[in-house]
Amino acid sequence: MLPPVFGVLFDGIAYGMLLFVLSVGLSVTLGLMNFVNLAHCAFAMLGGYVTVTLVNELQWPFLATLPVSFLAAAAASVVLERLFYRRLYRASDLDQVLLTIGFAFISVAAAAYVFGTIQQPIQTPPFLRGSTGFLGLGLSNYRMFLVGIALVVTLLLVAGLEYTRFGAQVRAAVDNQRMARGLGIDVDRTFAVTFALGSGLAGLGGSLAIDIVGLDPSFAFTYLVYVLIIVSVGGLGSIVGSFAAACLIGISDVAGKYYAPELGAFLIYLVMVAVLMWKPAGLFGRR
Amino acid sequence: MTAVALSTRGLSKSFGSLPVARDINLELPVGARYALIGPNGAGKTTLINLVTGMLAPNAGQIFLGSEDITALEPQERVKRGLARTFQINTLFPGLNPLEAVTLAVCERRGIADRFWQNIAVHNEAIEEAYEILSKLRLGDVAYQPTRELPYGRQRLLEIALALATKPRVLLLDEPAAGVPQEESGDIFEVVAGLSNDLTLLFIEHDMHVVFRFASHIIVLVGGAVFTAGSPAEIAADPGVREVYLGTRKHG
Amino acid sequence: MTQVTSSMTPQAYLKSLSRWRAAEIVFWLATLLPFFLFPSYLSLASQIALAALFALSLDIILGYAGVVSLGHAAFFGVGAYAAGIFSKMVWGEPLTGLLFGATLAGLLGYASSFIIARFRHLTLIMITLGLGLLAHEVANRAHWLTGGSDGLQGIEIWPVFGLFKFDLYGTTAYGYSLALLFIFFLASRRLLNSPFGLALRGIRENWVRMPAIGAERQAHIRKAYTIAAFMAGVAGAALAQTTESVSLESIGFQRSADVLVMLVLGGAGRLYGGLVGATIFMVARDQFSGIAPQYWYFWIGVLLVTVVMVLPNGILGGLSKLTARWRKP
Repeated sequence: MLPPVFGVLFDGIAYGMLLFVLSVGLSVTLGLMNFVNLAHCAFAMLGGYVTVTLVNELQWPFLATLPVSFLAAAAASVVLERLFYRRLYRASDLDQVLLTIGFAFISVAAAAYVFGTIQQPIQTPPFLRGSTGFLGLGLSNYRMFLVGIALVVTLLLVAGLEYTRFGAQVRAAVDNQRMARGLGIDVDRTFAVTFALGSGLAGLGGSLAIDIVGLDPSFAFTYLVYVLIIVSVGGLGSIVGSFAAACLIGISDVAGKYYAPELGAFLIYLVMVAVLMWKPAGLFGRR
Repeated sequence: MTAVALSTRGLSKSFGSLPVARDINLELPVGARYALIGPNGAGKTTLINLVTGMLAPNAGQIFLGSEDITALEPQERVKRGLARTFQINTLFPGLNPLEAVTLAVCERRGIADRFWQNIAVHNEAIEEAYEILSKLRLGDVAYQPTRELPYGRQRLLEIALALATKPRVLLLDEPAAGVPQEESGDIFEVVAGLSNDLTLLFIEHDMHVVFRFASHIIVLVGGAVFTAGSPAEIAADPGVREVYLGTRKHG
Repeated sequence: MTQVTSSMTPQAYLKSLSRWRAAEIVFWLATLLPFFLFPSYLSLASQIALAALFALSLDIILGYAGVVSLGHAAFFGVGAYAAGIFSKMVWGEPLTGLLFGATLAGLLGYASSFIIARFRHLTLIMITLGLGLLAHEVANRAHWLTGGSDGLQGIEIWPVFGLFKFDLYGTTAYGYSLALLFIFFLASRRLLNSPFGLALRGIRENWVRMPAIGAERQAHIRKAYTIAAFMAGVAGAALAQTTESVSLESIGFQRSADVLVMLVLGGAGRLYGGLVGATIFMVARDQFSGIAPQYWYFWIGVLLVTVVMVLPNGILGGLSKLTARWRKP
């Protein structure tokens, strides 16, 4: 029999995995271009609403909607990247912040207009409901599924970065952009593709998040805070860093809410400020 | 024997496993005009970054006069009289030359944190800034935004900003970099006209310029001092010809 | 604009940069118009003046020193809560309350400036955001002191100088707010035309060069941040006093985002940018107060995108470009 602390740990890790899927795309694109995209969670929210619409209006099975939400978020990001982001790659932090906060505001208003401000219900398939007993702990099936998906995503990402030609280009560009350009790598194109993939993953994360944290128009800002914390704690451009930071923040948040509810959201902000004071570039960052 | 203005002892630095400065020992006498030469990637700019504190060395010491400045912040070294210029223009694009140089003068005079006084009351600081600009032939563009100045003028402003700190030792990182050859002479005329009390170390690729203006030459190869000597000695050194002069078209 | 001629001495030239222009005098005279023309809008005018003061405080660090902050409302909120609580626990005298609120905000700004000055770029954005959220969370949790999400109620403010009672029409409120705005505008104007103001612009224009000319850039940023926090505290404290209430919203992220929007709308790094931006923002919000807040933010979003893509230096930047073009031929 395991003591309940393991249950909290498990929930924290599952939550961390969700945050990882939401944030890893932003980490890589930030590492590539130093582009501060505060609209990242707007793409996640888009994915969430795609899933809700397909499941509730068109009676699609939940799992079948996941690839669609990935593609929808990726497609939306390509359009924005082409029309707007591209022109601000070399602009100041402030301009990037303003533009992308603008998009986040627009997305929140648009979501409220179309779907209202209420929490969206979601129907998950039967095998993802309920929980499974394990050494005296009741582990939620959905959270186990979440951990599984996150591990698959991590493996795909790490393998993709390590063993594909495109991955090598991304690594080179993150490492030293000037040299990568010198070697004839089209960094802007690499960025556009990475940006689409990262936003797609955010969309997937948005769909997966509904069952755990719910979905309403404020999602674009509420989870932006978590995502930014993870990216800066983990270090820009580092997948391993994002993974570790997501676990740290996920566990801190769940454990904080469980053991010290009066602390509220303090704990994660304190963790962030403490890590950044100690290592300004994040746990795994090099700059 | 003259006094030493700047010296280093066993200065070493590596980026990961790549050594960029190996056991560098320098000694610049007061009023010297030293040239620092070497092939691309020899570590010339790195050496300036180490001496001015923009990079921290792995080992070794730096002395300004007799004071050990190894642990000081860059701005503290500047206040003690060690200034530099940058190979790539590192100016204040939105300020005009008068504002930029006045700022540097105010920093040196310790009045840059006076937020309660209009800058126009500091007549002497402004006067001094304008004199420096005039000396560097920038008086006529003093009120134009830096980003609108012709490139050659911007190179001169690099030097003006450094001079405004009243340095005892000035390190010039390719002062004429990117300037057409016929104009680069003008920049070095300005450099040559600087006070004799000022100790100079400059990086330069053009050997005509080096032989004309340097009293002493240090050759840096692979992060280490390859040899040093008077221009005549360096010109006659077959090793230097091989590693450096031989690989470049002379003239 | 004063004509710049090369015959001008450098002292005269620098002096001419800080000379009062006719348009400025007209602007400040126009701020008195609401007393006569819109007596029923004096409460709004008072809030505009305080929003302008808040935006001006952000301009010092963001517009001039180039330090991006997503958590500036922390100081506004601390000033507001401190002044509100002061009136309940000590007395209702407004100027001491104002000074108390602003001093507390300034002290907090000074403490956090030691963190702020060390960072740049994304880390700085994150740290300011994190500190801002932390302040919001503290105000939310300290229900016994701040009233939490119910807001701080029951503030009673005595007449200013014992003479001018805060009335229902907002006459005193606008006079009070406008006087504060003008005083701190004069102070900011002097600061930005001072050697220190030049140093701040130097930091914005080239972070790397500053130490190479012997500048203690971190000390400069700490000082500017403290001053900006104090001014934000004044704005917050005055809002608490003139509205006799403090809501949790006054310390939230939205407030930080709003002031950023006002500043970039008007033009960051320009003395009047925050003032113009705050006026347009607040008037527009009042005119569209019928629509639900989430749709209001739709238009804010559109506005931000437009400003960044079309008007990178805000309205004032666009205007000065237009007049320059118009003068040339």
